[in-house]
Amino acid sequence: MPVSKITEPSESNKISKGEPVIIIEHLFKSFGKNVVLKDFNLKVYGQENVVVLGKSGAGKSVLIKCIIGLLKPDRGKILVFGNNIPELSPDELDKVRTKIGFLFQANALYDSMTIRENLEFPLRRHWIGLKQKEVDKMVLEALDNVGLRNTLEMMPIELSGGMLKRIALARTLILKPEIILYDEPTTGLDPVTAREIDKLILKLQKKFKTSSIVISHDMNCVKTIADRVVLLLDGICYAEGTYDELEHSEDEKIKQFFE
Amino acid sequence: MALIQDIRDFFDETGSLTKFAGNFFTNGLKPRYEVKEVLAQSYSIGYKSLPLIGLTNFIMGLVLTMQLRPSLVKYGVESQLPVMVGIAIVREIGPVIAALIFAGKIGSSIGAELGSMKVTEQIDAMEVSGTNPYKYLVATRVLATTLMLPILTILGDGISLIGAYIGVNINSVTSLHLFFIQVFHSLTFSDLIPAIIKTFFFGFAVGMVGCYKGFNSVKGTRGVGISANSAVVLSSVLIFVIDLLVVQFTNLLGLN
Repeated sequence: MPVSKITEPSESNKISKGEPVIIIEHLFKSFGKNVVLKDFNLKVYGQENVVVLGKSGAGKSVLIKCIIGLLKPDRGKILVFGNNIPELSPDELDKVRTKIGFLFQANALYDSMTIRENLEFPLRRHWIGLKQKEVDKMVLEALDNVGLRNTLEMMPIELSGGMLKRIALARTLILKPEIILYDEPTTGLDPVTAREIDKLILKLQKKFKTSSIVISHDMNCVKTIADRVVLLLDGICYAEGTYDELEHSEDEKIKQFFE
Repeated sequence: MALIQDIRDFFDETGSLTKFAGNFFTNGLKPRYEVKEVLAQSYSIGYKSLPLIGLTNFIMGLVLTMQLRPSLVKYGVESQLPVMVGIAIVREIGPVIAALIFAGKIGSSIGAELGSMKVTEQIDAMEVSGTNPYKYLVATRVLATTLMLPILTILGDGISLIGAYIGVNINSVTSLHLFFIQVFHSLTFSDLIPAIIKTFFFGFAVGMVGCYKGFNSVKGTRGVGISANSAVVLSSVLIFVIDLLVVQFTNLLGLN
């Protein structure tokens, strides 16, 4: 089960998956003497949900921040739709980013803006010349997707944790990305709300046919969402497989995550 | 060893700030121009600072006049009070007081706002949504502070002179018309121009330091407080350093 090369999805996943949308090859990233990623490899296919599992500080968030270009790796390739992220110019990177959504762990909603303004912001930045009527329609559609149309003129501070997560998800989806990166989407939520968010992520993934990388510690979330689970351990892709495959693994390092 | 480390940290910080400021000219001024955001920031930074700057400059004009009077009376040149106060306010006190108040109010506010955005990943969110945060957050605020402080200084100077007029009238009677004729007859362009030009540099320094500290905020909410505080301290020191350099430079040009 342990792997060190580029991982392939299981046969069951291949049926509904197309070409690889993200290819990570020999990725290295360190902070001073702390080597976080060492020769990490991964492929993510079209419409596939990959959950990256690992201990705190294992480098899971570093991995997705490298994919979106917030962090620059020391070495290695990160191909997103064939574009090598570390080598792109800022303008090229911005273009690729329009195809990638990123849901932050703490939501990262702009707290000085209303929910409407939060959702309008990416639209106004990317689709210049969009009429107000069209913007309104897209904003309301995004809010309908997460069931929070009534929050339009509210400020983020007026909403609960679960509602904020839904709004952040709506903002992530508003540009209709083809890939979504989730950084611990259920952290800090009560179990009931966390399950609602899991279901919402799955529903929206099916609706928009997106590919996802989900960082999570929450095993319920992993079980619900994952088409494939990747175990990030000691800076490498230690194991990969479906939830059931990893759950029944005899490897001690893998077993500790499922106990 | 601690001293060596402090010196090294100082040069690291100076280099980092210089690089951050240099980015304003190499990156921040290129299209796409954020005109709407510059106007919004100018309104927020300029209009909202006016009451505080006006009040402090008014008091400064009043107090300065009351403090100068006894010395001038002693030498029998009390009639020169409007001239002396006018020159002091326009050349030095008006710009520096306005800049220091501006640093306290706006520098800290920018440092705290951007610091808070940094620690809550709002700046990262902006970047991943394809918006250059330096251009959207930094360039707009620095432009607004650079353009607004000279305007605030001119208005502050005017308010300060009204304070001075009231100060003059506490112990004697001078008409407003006569007071301002005396003040403006004593002022030349070499008094006004360097005084106004240096406020552009003051404004740039306040905006840039506030943004730099906010952008480099770490350690959560405590870091936000540190950013706001150090933005005020550093920009206040820079105001005096810039003032010193401008005075030396204008001396060299024979403008003083």
